[in-house]
Amino acid sequence: MQAYTEKMREIARRLLKECRVETVIGFRKGSMPMMNEPCLVKSIDDVDQLVWDGNCGINLANYLTNRTDQIAVFAKGCDSRNIVTHIIENKIKREQLVIIGVPCKGMIDKRRIRSMAPGEITEVVEDGENVRVKGENFENTYPRKEVLQANCAVCLHRNPVVYDELVADLVPEQQDVDRYEDVRAIEAMGPEAKWEFFEALLAPCIRCYACRNACPLCYCPTCFVDESMPQWVGKSQNPVDVRTFHFLRAYHCAGRCTDCGACERACPMGINMRVFTKKLEKEAFEQWGWEAGLVLDQRPPLDTYRPDDPQDFIK
Amino acid sequence: MGVEPGRVHFSWISSAESTKFVDVVKKVTEAVRAVGPNEKYVKKELKVA
Repeated sequence: MQAYTEKMREIARRLLKECRVETVIGFRKGSMPMMNEPCLVKSIDDVDQLVWDGNCGINLANYLTNRTDQIAVFAKGCDSRNIVTHIIENKIKREQLVIIGVPCKGMIDKRRIRSMAPGEITEVVEDGENVRVKGENFENTYPRKEVLQANCAVCLHRNPVVYDELVADLVPEQQDVDRYEDVRAIEAMGPEAKWEFFEALLAPCIRCYACRNACPLCYCPTCFVDESMPQWVGKSQNPVDVRTFHFLRAYHCAGRCTDCGACERACPMGINMRVFTKKLEKEAFEQWGWEAGLVLDQRPPLDTYRPDDPQDFIK
Repeated sequence: MGVEPGRVHFSWISSAESTKFVDVVKKVTEAVRAVGPNEKYVKKELKVA
């Protein structure tokens, strides 16, 4: 990871020095362990703030929306796919970007590590294939593979799909991954069981909208939940309103979601709302063979018409 | 999301297809009536003492 960080600083320094870009978007250490925060570096003096490790799960495409400057952005596989989606949706121009690809080995799940620690964590160090977690009176080591974020464990695009340069050699993609085991389990339920499952899943939701704010797809000037003229959905914590919010938000991501996991990561209550977006992702793949954000020259299935579009559901 | 099959219908009807419209409405009404009232997706009013 140190090699990544050093290479990133070198690239950022060069790009800023040559005035290729005005801003470099990357990560710096947060004030707590496992809480790296996005940062915008505009001066060579600040380049040494940049870091990289397994806590850079926030999707940096989210910081590109409608920007007008020349930007260098670090992009993991998922970030790069969301950058492609942003370009396709006219939220940023390809010419504005220097995409610095970051071959990714998965981000670590801060929630799982916290739940396994016997006390407050003071330091988390990644050491090749292991993660060392230190606290006041303990030190534990976990294999990195076992503490990956759920979406990273089933990721099929660890390497950036579009980039101008790379910080390291491409990594091997994961093979034999069953992406939709959880979705199939829900699909197999009857309507009653499904209803109960979602009721329990969403019960902890406090409607803070952290999932929406962390999502690079959610860039509407006024979100449907904030609109009051007309008011599309109630603002209360009534289960009906909560459910409406989550389902509608997921539908807005249909054929666009890259399963970057930003929503689940941001959720203070640890709700796995990815089951909704994953279902739609599965649907987009099965119906149209579509995986979001892989290519720049193809329109997404939901904004094109093809005579052979599936339409068996229309009676 | 836990909505019973039979409650949601999709149909493509031209403005010239009045008889198809009537047929579809009849079928939808029957199907939905068979499933019964959708009480789950209704906000329960708070009881005021």
